[in-house]
Amino acid sequence: MTIPEIENQLESEFQYFEDWMDKYNYLIEMGKSLPLIDPKLKIQSNLISGCQSRVWLHAAYENGKIIFKADSDAVITKGIISLLIRVLSNQKPDDILNAKLEFIDKIDLKEHLSPTRSNGLLSMIKQMKLYALAFKTKYQ
Amino acid sequence: MIFNINKIRKDFPALQQEVYKKPLVYLDNAATTQKPQAVIDRIVKYNTYENSNIHRGVHYLSQKATDAYEQARIFIKEYINTAESHEIIFTKGTTESINIIASSFGKKFLKKDDEIIISTMEHHSNLVPWQQVCIENRAHLKVIPINEKGELLIDEFKKLLNEKTKFVALTHISNALGTINPVKEIIEMAHKFDVPVLIDGAQGIPHLKIDVQNLDCDFYCFSGHKVFAPMGSGVLYGKEKWLEKLPPFQFGGEMVENVTFEKTTFNELPFKFEAGTPNVESILGLETALRYISEIGIENIADYENDLLNYATKELTKIDGLRIIGTAEKKASVISFLIGNIHPYDAGTIIDRMGVAVRTGHHCAQPVLDWFDIPGTIRASFAFYNTKDEVDRLVEAVLQAKKMLE
Repeated sequence: MTIPEIENQLESEFQYFEDWMDKYNYLIEMGKSLPLIDPKLKIQSNLISGCQSRVWLHAAYENGKIIFKADSDAVITKGIISLLIRVLSNQKPDDILNAKLEFIDKIDLKEHLSPTRSNGLLSMIKQMKLYALAFKTKYQ
Repeated sequence: MIFNINKIRKDFPALQQEVYKKPLVYLDNAATTQKPQAVIDRIVKYNTYENSNIHRGVHYLSQKATDAYEQARIFIKEYINTAESHEIIFTKGTTESINIIASSFGKKFLKKDDEIIISTMEHHSNLVPWQQVCIENRAHLKVIPINEKGELLIDEFKKLLNEKTKFVALTHISNALGTINPVKEIIEMAHKFDVPVLIDGAQGIPHLKIDVQNLDCDFYCFSGHKVFAPMGSGVLYGKEKWLEKLPPFQFGGEMVENVTFEKTTFNELPFKFEAGTPNVESILGLETALRYISEIGIENIADYENDLLNYATKELTKIDGLRIIGTAEKKASVISFLIGNIHPYDAGTIIDRMGVAVRTGHHCAQPVLDWFDIPGTIRASFAFYNTKDEVDRLVEAVLQAKKMLE
């Protein structure tokens, strides 16, 4: 699926949540259940330090696409990471660079990407785009 | 005056709001406090009728603004009982006040292998300036250790004091733990070695009666916004004998006496340390905020907050798995805590959605959290406008976070 298709899919999934508690319960479940990253990759060079929570991000280039793996010490951050991974991983560098990620706003999770939150998510997205640019320059 | 909580709450428009369709419970007072209507009105009045640059013009409005500004200085002199009004330097906040002293003292008095003492529980703003000035001068930073409760080890402080000690900088109340430090005792001990002491009073000023002559501190710093006044207002108190000896921190207008292209002579105190146009409206707001507190009475405030602290401590402790970080015998109304293994960010997110504003993270005091070996805490900090009902709302929010996250 393309990035906009996955974004649309997420938006319709989130429509079913009746209130904030349902939504956060879902994010918490996602955060708890997904083993997002190999502990071996939880190293300093993969760490994106926010003031509130820590995020680890690893990227690999396979067959023209980038595979992202990420994790966080905070479970809600991890839940949101799982959404971002679903949208941006296994995509082509150009598509990642062009992704506007409007779904975050539409499913009302924008506050988690505000600089005041300082939870590492905003820096993670920046880092994902930097990886896309780096792989694009290197392989294309 | 009788402590009338309902009347007090009505004085603070920000407290009348709803967030997420619930009445706002504001428990982030150690970060910043809300402003009473009187303070807001004072700023509006200044900008409407009095705005003019101070200390410069001979015209009516400039005189009026200057008078108001200098009147604020005299009121604050009385509020914290300094010997002279020119010992009150207006700054933009505690951080600037500390930086002025660290930089000016470092430049004039610090030499290689000298020592500066701070404590484990300092806010970064009373740590980094001293650390940097030590690095610049090849001096050493010494740190007073703490115990499990988050109290200073006074005997260890005694051992750190020696003839190489040049300065002690200490927080009055820890923003992360709530500990009230025995600053008077520490000042007395430091003075036996002729060592000056700076007290970071950012958290002290809203909760305690401050009498700088009684404390005998050499410097006392605080921010307006932590004491119901506007952001951008702050105070640096310094004993005249020290302020006279220290070189200016910033250069510009106002702080000069005579300027030629070859040399400049500097203005007298307090203007030597007040370069440029100050934040007049915020300083007037600070005066109004301190007058407001005086009317209620800081002792009444301290009693009320202490009662609130005891109630909140009791109610939060009932929650299974909740651990309070900072259990000093003498505490201000600040409670840092963790719920089981739940990450503070997760808990803070849910507590926020319940309409309760708390702080999560390391509270700009990373070393003390490293000491406790935790990444951060959830911190509820109370002001005199908070109520026991609001404590109950906090407890309810914590239970909700626990239910969703455990």
